[in-house]
Amino acid sequence: MSISRRTFLGWLGAAGAGTSLGRSAHAAGTANFTGYPDSLGVLFDATRCIGCRKCEEACNRVNELPAPAKPFSDLAVLDRKRRTDAKTYMVINRYDNIPGAKGPVYRKIQCNHCLEPACASACFVRAFAKNSNGAVTYDESVCVGCRYCMIACPFEIPTYEYDRAFTPRIMKCTFCQPRLLKGQLPGCVEICPAEALTFGRRRHLLKIARERIGLFPARYIDHIYGETEMGGTTWLTISGVPFRELGMREDLGTTSAPELTKGALSVVPIVAGLWPVLLTGIYAISQRKDRIAREEKAAAVDEAVTRARAEAKAKLAEALAKADKDKKAAIDKEVKKALADAAKAKVQETAAASAAAPEKKSS
Amino acid sequence: MPERKFAIQKPALTPFNVVAGIIVVIGVAITGIRFTQGLAATTNLSDYNPWGIWIGFDLLVGVALAAGGYVTSAACYLFGLKRFHSAVRPAILTGFLGYALVVLALHYDVGRPWRLPYPFIVQSGTTSLLFEVAACVALYLTVLFIEFTPAALEWLGLKRARRIVNKLTLVLTIFGVVLSTLHQSSLGALFLIAPSKLHPLWYSPYLALYFFVSSIVAGLSMVIFESTLSHRYFHDKMDTEHLQEADGVALGFGKAAAFVLAGYFVMKVIGLAQTNAWSYLSTGYGLWFLVELLGFVLLPCYAYAIGVREKNLKVIRWTAAWTVLGIVVNRFNVGLIAFNWHLPSSERYFPHWMEIGISVFVVTLGVLAYRFIVTHMPILYAHPDYDKH
Repeated sequence: MSISRRTFLGWLGAAGAGTSLGRSAHAAGTANFTGYPDSLGVLFDATRCIGCRKCEEACNRVNELPAPAKPFSDLAVLDRKRRTDAKTYMVINRYDNIPGAKGPVYRKIQCNHCLEPACASACFVRAFAKNSNGAVTYDESVCVGCRYCMIACPFEIPTYEYDRAFTPRIMKCTFCQPRLLKGQLPGCVEICPAEALTFGRRRHLLKIARERIGLFPARYIDHIYGETEMGGTTWLTISGVPFRELGMREDLGTTSAPELTKGALSVVPIVAGLWPVLLTGIYAISQRKDRIAREEKAAAVDEAVTRARAEAKAKLAEALAKADKDKKAAIDKEVKKALADAAKAKVQETAAASAAAPEKKSS
Repeated sequence: MPERKFAIQKPALTPFNVVAGIIVVIGVAITGIRFTQGLAATTNLSDYNPWGIWIGFDLLVGVALAAGGYVTSAACYLFGLKRFHSAVRPAILTGFLGYALVVLALHYDVGRPWRLPYPFIVQSGTTSLLFEVAACVALYLTVLFIEFTPAALEWLGLKRARRIVNKLTLVLTIFGVVLSTLHQSSLGALFLIAPSKLHPLWYSPYLALYFFVSSIVAGLSMVIFESTLSHRYFHDKMDTEHLQEADGVALGFGKAAAFVLAGYFVMKVIGLAQTNAWSYLSTGYGLWFLVELLGFVLLPCYAYAIGVREKNLKVIRWTAAWTVLGIVVNRFNVGLIAFNWHLPSSERYFPHWMEIGISVFVVTLGVLAYRFIVTHMPILYAHPDYDKH
């Protein structure tokens, strides 16, 4: 059988459209974003960290943050639990007297650069971007300052410059994105003297972490913090003590932030589409009910009026008939009376005449 | 009733005016500090507690209590309950003022208030529930403004414009209900993103539904509550229609509130089962949760029902005030008290006096604006030159 060029091209087009449609439908149905494939990350090994605060110093320097009140060499700062603040993108905290641990354990706190960041999902001006290299960055030029990102972040990382009256910004670790783009390591990774920080592709880091846990099962807790927490993060932590001992939440779950809110967002088209229809329907029903009530009332009034009229007419007719009869009776009576009177008069006349006749005769 | 304009002038220095004047002066002073020194000088907000009472009270409570506008206009114009007609204008007015003040208060709270239109004109973050809130509040404020204009136009004597606006009543009412459903619910849904920060007794996948349904209760109760106050202070402004319908409005709205509260109570209990949060009931937070659920949901539900059955307006009016307080308690719980419950008490938030000052200032502005409008415009009475709409 012969196929014309036109038919063949038509088939080709249809097939192409079919596959592309199929793909997009599939993507919409079972989309499962597990992060950019070549995403970079950093693995923090709490068993290696010596708490020297060099990373804090490097972070402060490369990000040109204001100098702290106490120098970075002052380790007494670690006596207090600290968090990120508007002048500090990252901190090291020391945790003492952990059961099972020989000495203090240190933990590094900075933005974990989530695979599906809560801050980016929550921002109503898209001031946050998840870059394909893994970094979650912030654009102050559009930020309104609503601080919903701070509400949303499960790791309590973003901070705010409350003391700036006119240009307050969200402050948070950038994964040293400007340095990454230049091919340099993040400041903290570059300086770490204890190799507690390992930089690389996230999927490699997961392998490295598993290898370490596998090689030294007694030394590590069998969990990579950040592999699944809140949908996964690009910065990962492994530790020799339970993560909760290092102030890390173990109850965050594995659901990413967009997953938590997509149900609520999906209600929008339902309400926007269905409500006007339903409400117009309710309005129409109430109008119709009113109209029918009005019509029924009018009909009832009509009927009542007609009946009243008929009754009145009947009554009138009856009254007229009665009046007629009465009149007749009255006339009859009058006639009778008149006749009687006349008869009486006649009798009297006759009597008078007969009485007068002899008188006449006699005179 | 134009003749009332010639009533004897009241003295300007009434106790109310003096107190309001002091509040306004303090408010203006704090405003100056806020916009020259920043949030740090006027608030106790911190990196752990980015939202304080300017969100918890001014936004969450403010929007809920301004729900009377959509509830009343829907009842009258959509559900055909014409006997509530005299309640529509005061409810629309309070709704409009409420939303206007919410937006005003947001200018204090956000870091760069002049950028508030950015989500619409520069870059939209449509994955954010806050975007939904912002879009709906902005649109609904516009709707409320248009719905309010007939009163202002009658006052100004612009008959043609008023006729045009009147023709929009149905469309505006439907639009108002759609927008209110969306943003009332999404105010609750704002917290869905933070299951690790909100106490399990208050965190629920139904948060959006809870906020929407309780906003209906808030709207109904606010109408009764406000009308109680209006009867006390603006009785002379009310026409016979308003006075005759007022008791019926209280009874009808009280009845509706009893039903909605019953539904809300059932939903809350089902929510507890859904998140299996029963075990928390025996904790301190659990006790407080029970106070909210039994004391501010079930109790007013019963009280409304009894008030309606006995036709006891006094009970209904007290219940309305109690229910309004219950809405405040609920929004405070979700936004402030049960939020960040995992933090040590040293990191918890308590408002700075200037934050409270601004909230009081904003409410006072609302009361003053309400008073000005009801004493000048046909809100509590129908203008004799115009037909009912």
